Amino acid sequence: MRLPRKLLAIGLGTAVLVALNQVFEHGFGNFQINPYYARIINLIGINVTLAVSLNLINGLAGQFSIGHAGFMAVGGYTATYFTVYHGQALAALAGSTLNDAVGGSLAMVVSLTLGASAAALAGLVVGIPSLRLRGDYLAIVTLGFSEIIRVLILNIPAVGGATGFTDAIPITNFFWIFAMAMVTIVVVRNIATSTFGHALATIRGDEIAAEAMGINTTRHKVLAFVISAALAGVAGGLSGQLFANPLNPQNLNFVKSIEVIVMIVLGGIGSITGATVGATILTVLPEALRSFDRQFPGLRMVVYALLLILMMIFRPQGLLGRWELTWSWLGSRLWRRPAAGPAGTAGLDR
Amino acid sequence: METFFQQLINGLSLGAIYALIALGYTMVYGVLRLINFAHGDVYMLGAFAGYFLANALQLDANPSVVGTIAVTIGSMAICAGIGVLIERFAYRPVRHHSRLTSLITAIGVSLLLEYGGQVVFGATPRFFPQMIRSRIYSFGGVQITNQSLLIIVVAVIVMFGLEFVVHRTKIGKAMRATSFNLSVAKLMGINTDFVIAFTFALGSALAAAGGVMVALAIPRIDPLMGLMTGLKAFVAAVLGGIGNIPGAMVGGVLIGLMETWLGATAYSTYRDAVAFSVLILILLFRPAGILGTATIEKV
Repeated sequence: MRLPRKLLAIGLGTAVLVALNQVFEHGFGNFQINPYYARIINLIGINVTLAVSLNLINGLAGQFSIGHAGFMAVGGYTATYFTVYHGQALAALAGSTLNDAVGGSLAMVVSLTLGASAAALAGLVVGIPSLRLRGDYLAIVTLGFSEIIRVLILNIPAVGGATGFTDAIPITNFFWIFAMAMVTIVVVRNIATSTFGHALATIRGDEIAAEAMGINTTRHKVLAFVISAALAGVAGGLSGQLFANPLNPQNLNFVKSIEVIVMIVLGGIGSITGATVGATILTVLPEALRSFDRQFPGLRMVVYALLLILMMIFRPQGLLGRWELTWSWLGSRLWRRPAAGPAGTAGLDR
Repeated sequence: METFFQQLINGLSLGAIYALIALGYTMVYGVLRLINFAHGDVYMLGAFAGYFLANALQLDANPSVVGTIAVTIGSMAICAGIGVLIERFAYRPVRHHSRLTSLITAIGVSLLLEYGGQVVFGATPRFFPQMIRSRIYSFGGVQITNQSLLIIVVAVIVMFGLEFVVHRTKIGKAMRATSFNLSVAKLMGINTDFVIAFTFALGSALAAAGGVMVALAIPRIDPLMGLMTGLKAFVAAVLGGIGNIPGAMVGGVLIGLMETWLGATAYSTYRDAVAFSVLILILLFRPAGILGTATIEKV
């Protein structure tokens, strides 16, 4: 895409999101959105960010991280901490308050940037020792890391400790959630189609061969991991500052990381479309099963577990495999024109 | 000095538990190169199997050593069976797929046992019957309960037994051959499916023994008890050198000692983080583990 078209797309996307945000917050004419549905839609956006970012390291690079909740916690707590303790001062600099659109947006941008940076730093610290090695070490180290983070948070009273960060100021809104989901999708898609992404695909295929081709495998893996962690941090920052949705060490545990993995496994490991679909299904499904869940506590997780095992045995590539929804595919369906060449990374695996 | 020895004893008995579980991780990893995430949950099932057996034998009312041994062996047999079933119906179908597929399956099995356990046994903790009367021995101010002593003795016997099985018996030779190269072992006429099933049975039986031992010392059991303990035991296996039997023992004891030592200081709330911090350090400086040897991956 050339620059003017890019700017046009960004402008158009922003305008649509702002308009939708307006509908979300103030309604449209007589129409007021049900706050319950609004909440689910917001959570879908956050989970899409989480799943697509995990997909970068687990799907594209073929590594296996099972501590995504840890990075979400680092980013989320950093961002929320900033807004709670310095947000008012920052908004005052712009002559505004946190409840105002200008002040809130300013605090959002700064806190998300800080959260993403903190999560990226954590990703670097975790990634360097574990990604130098081949094999399953990343899995166990990321799992350990997320546990360490949980224990640390439990011991910091300034962020609420075991009761959760209930002092959080709700500055997250529909606009920011979906803007960040879009940004995540675009970033991961662009990585997938770039030289860097092709190097990651080679590493996924055969690490020794990739090294023989002159790819610095550790560097590529660590970079992908750091970007993935930063995006998870953004998701955490959004989640922690969403209305009445405080961060809690109890919710940012192993089970949360597994949920994100189930999302991408269900959708198709390596497919951005799949991660998005998986995130949506796994956000809506538990809500639909809520009464069932209350009747048989724990059965939802049993269903997840069986889903994982059966998927691995009968359809290890997930629902969509590596298939991607692309403009050219849409175009070919809508105008009955043959698609212009293989789309996205899918071409690499054929 | 007295407190030092007291902590040493406490650390040893905690470490012996980690070591018993770590042995199972290390054997399965040695043969299949698979982190069997469900192993910690087999340990939990071992404790529950012991619970039901002990109640069936009414050992709570009349504690006896013979009954305790019967319960331990029964629980080991049940878990060996469960281990074989897990291998047969979850891991074998995905064995020829990528390692990622096996790993996700392992996580799935682990979740299934944990939450299936919550559905079947209920989430509230249960209290393990007192199968042997608690006694406290005192050596110059250092106190040790008969349960802790039992744990340490059982762990040491099991390790020597395992070393014997792996290095001195025919099935052990087959295990080592399978671990070295699965397809070549198959070409040499080794029934690798049987060897792998045997490895799972043996590892699961050890985990069950660990489960019953722990339940004797700390009688609170619940379906999620295997999660943290299992993870730490895996860290112990990596610390000692994964695939290495004495390594698992050394790693388990080291982690047990460190946790007990930290638990006695002002930083006791950070106890759960120790094992994982050690893991990150060991991967930085000696990725093959303390007793492990680095291998070069050939094309």
